[in-house]
Amino acid sequence: MNRRTIRRARSNIMVGLMIGAVIVAVLPLLFILGSLILRGASSLSVAFFTRMPVPAGETGGGVLHAIVGTLLIVGVAALMGVPIGMGAGLHAAEYPGSKLSWTARFVADVMNGTPSIVVGVFAYTLVVAPQKHYSAFAGSLALAVLMVPMIMRSTEELIKLVPNSLREAALALGYARWRTSLTIVLRTALPGIVTGSLLAIARVAGETAPLLLTALGNQYFSVDLNGPMETLPHVVYKYATGPYEEWHQFAWAAALVLIMVVLVLSIAARIATRQRFGGARG
Amino acid sequence: MADDIQPRMRTRNLTAYYGTNAAVKAVTLQFAPNQVHALIGPSGCGKSTFLRSLNRMHEMSVGGWITGQVHLDNENVYTPEVSVIQLRRRVGMVFQKPTPFPTKSIYDNVAAGLMLDGKRPRAELDEIVERSLRRAALWDEVKDRLKTSAIALSGGQQQRLCLARTIAPEPEVILLDEPTASLDPQGTQRIEELVFELKRDFTIIIVTHNMQQAARTSDTTTFFYLGAMIEHGPTSQIFTTPQNEQTEAYITGRFG
Repeated sequence: MNRRTIRRARSNIMVGLMIGAVIVAVLPLLFILGSLILRGASSLSVAFFTRMPVPAGETGGGVLHAIVGTLLIVGVAALMGVPIGMGAGLHAAEYPGSKLSWTARFVADVMNGTPSIVVGVFAYTLVVAPQKHYSAFAGSLALAVLMVPMIMRSTEELIKLVPNSLREAALALGYARWRTSLTIVLRTALPGIVTGSLLAIARVAGETAPLLLTALGNQYFSVDLNGPMETLPHVVYKYATGPYEEWHQFAWAAALVLIMVVLVLSIAARIATRQRFGGARG
Repeated sequence: MADDIQPRMRTRNLTAYYGTNAAVKAVTLQFAPNQVHALIGPSGCGKSTFLRSLNRMHEMSVGGWITGQVHLDNENVYTPEVSVIQLRRRVGMVFQKPTPFPTKSIYDNVAAGLMLDGKRPRAELDEIVERSLRRAALWDEVKDRLKTSAIALSGGQQQRLCLARTIAPEPEVILLDEPTASLDPQGTQRIEELVFELKRDFTIIIVTHNMQQAARTSDTTTFFYLGAMIEHGPTSQIFTTPQNEQTEAYITGRFG
């Protein structure tokens, strides 16, 4: 064998290993998605989105209460978490040397690694225990706490990508520092920040553990944020661990809906990014 | 340069530091109104830092601070009474790389500095935007697409847009920091022609690496070397009969 053959063989082996790694990484995801569609899709119908569950033993019914509950709890969480995360990220990027920024960055990194159930316990202690009843708001609070460090870090990274020359151009034009940060720097990085925020929202929408301790679940339709509320992850949990075969079917379908919600958010995020680069090209 | 004319800007013993390192050393200079003043010298000679000290942009750099004085119309701009924001509205600046605001339209880019004093009537804004774009020799090229993204313009057009944005609020002085460094010869020529036109209304201080540019456009030239002001005088004199050996060596291309 000459050298060239050896080199080519070595290259092929390495490429093969990398392709293998990609397959190993992606295959479980495809299996999960595949089995969800196989087992869940048959139970999906218009009624699944528009009706309430039926008693055990009967077939049909839907998870309207859980869809509305998930959208409400995640929506309120986003209302709290997105502005705080964006503001903290903007500060950390615009004043990178300050002690406050350093502390915030450190806390965010620790928080990113904190198990979500710990955050659930935090919201339980803060809201549920003093009120002596479960509440959807406590669930939103827990999800917001999970969201903030993710949004803060992604905002910070995206703001850092804004060229300093743009900042200087605004300052040289007589913009105050705060106005430069908000109307030029943040505005320029906004499409990317929206993407990061949507991904963070999608990520917490599937959280189950903190919701078990806060929003709990509710077999009835409720939009009362101060009381227990049903969510999709909880429906999956409850019905999958139940004793009836129809319940298992129901859980598969609810899981599929949950994945679809997350998928829609992720696709929205991608579209936001694409528009950004399209805009840049003019 | 006639000494009886009141200078628009002057510096006295201006020393600009990065941390403890002095990048500009005790420079005393005067800039007469309605003239073009070129600052030349090799890379790292402190000419850009000097320029950035005039509108107090230098203090935005990490570790940037100064000693000495900078006067605009006989008022020291480094006193607590002077608002940095007001100063920068009177002393505009165009940078080496074109810096249009990417999220704003061509129109909004030109109007960006005008929005700062609050709302203006639409008609007045339209008029100022058109006038500024005409003065920057860009109006004919963009008048049909004022609402489109500024990023779609060519590099040379972007730089003229930045010039229009800078002159729209009617500053007294315009600082140009190597404004043609990233442009092709054609774009460079247009900026140089503009500089010549604009000195009727403004006082212009231009930093350049290009000696032909300094010779073509300016009334006075100052040579910087290692942070110090080596020689200052009428451009014709600096380029024909420099008094200093270093100046002569630099303009004849023997170093730098």
